[in-house]
Amino acid sequence: MTLLITVFAAVISTVIWYKGAPENEMKTGILCWMFWGASIMWFVDAIFEYKELGAEYFTPAPLDMLNDAFLGLSVVALGLIVWLVYLLIKDPKGAVRKALAKKK
Amino acid sequence: MACFTVPVAEAIVTTIVAKAVKSKEEKQHINLNGANTEIKESGKTPFSKKLGWLNKMLWLGSFLLAFEHLWHGEVIPTFPFLTAVKTGEVSEMLGEMATAGVMMAMLVTLVWAGIVAVVTVMEKKADKEPEIAEENA
Repeated sequence: MTLLITVFAAVISTVIWYKGAPENEMKTGILCWMFWGASIMWFVDAIFEYKELGAEYFTPAPLDMLNDAFLGLSVVALGLIVWLVYLLIKDPKGAVRKALAKKK
Repeated sequence: MACFTVPVAEAIVTTIVAKAVKSKEEKQHINLNGANTEIKESGKTPFSKKLGWLNKMLWLGSFLLAFEHLWHGEVIPTFPFLTAVKTGEVSEMLGEMATAGVMMAMLVTLVWAGIVAVVTVMEKKADKEPEIAEENA
């Protein structure tokens, strides 16, 4: 479930990046690399788990599934926070700098 | 257990390599400008930037994986930071790092190599297109 949610996040962020490319003003490229990187790593994890459990891997207990979904959503939230911090630090539109200059 | 540490180790190496490649590319650029050579804009992505893609996938991907390990209690905020070390399951942990960890790092690198190959082909094609258009005109 975590893998599935992360793959969806990776696909959605790639589509959003493509829509804004090549300007990439919102720095969404970072989200693509992050979610794709994590998806590949969890895919390997899934292969090893499948090797251990067999077909049982595809029929998880409801409680495990719920926990994995909760984890997946938390991972996406964490990824979005990392992106937001990166965006505000890089400030490609200069909005933060302008706002700070206005205060002075 | 600690499989994410293998991609982190690779990320450390590739980050150092990327920095070295970038400074080499900058030196080459300065030399060319200093010699007053006419530089033809090729529009090719520098290799240091391509290495940056791998770095981002490795660093950020392992960051999310580290969070998952923290979630499952495999990583702890106090020394020795890994539950497997605390409970004496070091050999199991090393075994997982050697199998799953190495495969994770290899697969990420393989995917990156694929992306770089596609980008290189596309750039070569884009470079050739104006020449073909000129020949046809």
